Amino acid sequence: MKKLRYTSIDGKSSSFLALLGGLGFFILLGFIAFLQMEHEGHHITGMSNQVIWGLPHVFAIFLIVAASGALNVASIASVFNQKFYKPLAKLSAVLAIALLVGGLIVLLLDLGRPDRLIVAITYYNFKSIFTWNILLYTGFIGIVGVYLWTMMDWQVEKYTRIAGTAAFIWRLILTTGTGSIFGFLVSRQAYDAAIMAPMFVIMSFSFGLAIYLLVLLASYSWTGRELGDYVVNRLKNLLGVFIAATLYFTLAYHLTNLYATEHHGVEAYILLNGGAITAIFWIGQILLGSIVPLALLYCPRPARLRKMTGIASALVILGGFSTLYVILIGGQSFPMTLIPGYEATSTFSDGVIAQYSPSIWEFMLGMGGVAIALIIVTLALKIFRLIPESLDDNFAKPHQS
Amino acid sequence: MNPIDQNTDMNQKSTSKLNKIDQYRRQFVGGTVAATAGLALAPGLLLQTVQAKPAEQAVSSKNRWGLLIDTTKCADGCNDCVTACNQEHGLREIHGPATDAQWIRTVKLKNKSTGHTLNMPMMCQHCENPPCVDVCPTGASFKREDGIVLVDKHICIGCRYCMMACPYKARSFIHETLTDQLPVAPRGKGTVEACTLCMHKVDRGDGTTACATACKEKAITFGDLNDKNSLIAKKLATNGGRQLRAELGLNPGVRYQGL
Repeated sequence: MKKLRYTSIDGKSSSFLALLGGLGFFILLGFIAFLQMEHEGHHITGMSNQVIWGLPHVFAIFLIVAASGALNVASIASVFNQKFYKPLAKLSAVLAIALLVGGLIVLLLDLGRPDRLIVAITYYNFKSIFTWNILLYTGFIGIVGVYLWTMMDWQVEKYTRIAGTAAFIWRLILTTGTGSIFGFLVSRQAYDAAIMAPMFVIMSFSFGLAIYLLVLLASYSWTGRELGDYVVNRLKNLLGVFIAATLYFTLAYHLTNLYATEHHGVEAYILLNGGAITAIFWIGQILLGSIVPLALLYCPRPARLRKMTGIASALVILGGFSTLYVILIGGQSFPMTLIPGYEATSTFSDGVIAQYSPSIWEFMLGMGGVAIALIIVTLALKIFRLIPESLDDNFAKPHQS
Repeated sequence: MNPIDQNTDMNQKSTSKLNKIDQYRRQFVGGTVAATAGLALAPGLLLQTVQAKPAEQAVSSKNRWGLLIDTTKCADGCNDCVTACNQEHGLREIHGPATDAQWIRTVKLKNKSTGHTLNMPMMCQHCENPPCVDVCPTGASFKREDGIVLVDKHICIGCRYCMMACPYKARSFIHETLTDQLPVAPRGKGTVEACTLCMHKVDRGDGTTACATACKEKAITFGDLNDKNSLIAKKLATNGGRQLRAELGLNPGVRYQGL
């Protein structure tokens, strides 16, 4: 195997500047949305006292879940000692940090009082999974930062495995914490399920790898670097396994609910008669987000491998957003049962499906978070030597058996 | 005086004695009844003065304030408790029911199979084990020693996790800038709020809440669940009372009769 040469990208072309400009534009839009929401109050959004968390949370939680998953490629290299993945590891760690920062910014800017950030980091209630998440998220950035350092500085390279293992364990706990935001909620029919934590972990594998694949494909294609079929094949096969695993958890979650009569109402709402929610579940999450990518990944025509992998990854991301939309909005809009056997009516939407249509401000804020994550990766690729000049099939040869 | 006359005289004497005894008995019974009635009513009437505490004195876990709602008395279409609460705390209609704060609401319930209907007010249930307090990252959601669940508006960051966690949907988020708030109810944009069980009245020693006072049907009883002599405790002891979503084990301080 020839020695790999890691280089930063040129970043002088007009298309690179256009990319930065485009991302900057979305960040600006996100900032405007934040100012507008904070000035006017949340009444300009689609959120209400019934649907409490809206589109910003779909974006934020998607980015946070994907962040821990994006680290997988690095973990496979450092923790499970798969040398083939080593050249891909630095980008994986940078992407993980970038996605988490993007998600956290959206979460923070959607708070009713974002100016009280100092309160959130000085007053702690340790029974709250949110408190644990504040520590897990900030800790993740620190630990992955150290891990990245051990990968980039030969003097501390010997600590890569320890740092990588710590980051891997941390990311598992982190996504458990994110899933438990819903797993620990006893109030609503769609939540209060232990499966939420492992389901979020497996979802993170899938969403994170899909984003990683798109960023990798774009980085190599847009800079004219060579990326061999073998690398793409390995990663796309892995993505297929993660998609199937996510589907399995989704199936287990709904089957369990369908067995218990008390959950039939919420299941009928999500699977059958929930209108937009049902459509997003079947078309967004299941068909476009799972079945079609699986078909694309496992039945590709060799000549169009990259294209198929790219489309499949984009669809997995679309499916990821759909999944979180169904969990968040579907779970909140279905009414609570105050007294079993009785149907309720009130001025506070008791007993009825709560209406929610996201506003443009929420979308702008969410897209701002995505743009922040992507601009961090873009700038990191320009500043640091993160990716090898070539990952052609010669590099991969020793790994082929 | 012949013996018969003597007898008659004695009889008359004993009769008058018996009459007097009867009178004493009646007085005694009457007095006992009055005393019993007094004892029974006294806590209800005197509770306010008994429970009043100086402002500087901390609230105590000796009390557990709560409400008892008799749904059989709650009149269909009546909104008096809601109006009173809104007036007491300065809650106004702003952008409509989806985003406006509602500390108390009337819920109409209809049995799906029998068609039986009932009405009841819903508000913060002031749980002994409140999920909103558990999930609050900063500790802004808290429970007082006397069982009243509140939000500290100074450290609420507006994350709304408490609203996700509340099984009674009792909390509201302030979706817009507020003006002219009342001193008894500090409220502000971007924070979460809910029924305070009229803590300003409780702490003042009023011994009642705005909703309980406003209810013409006397369907709402406020009182100390820990005080066996309180009216609420007696009503609960005599006729029972159900907790909403009792299976969650949260032990709410608000109880319902007639469900």
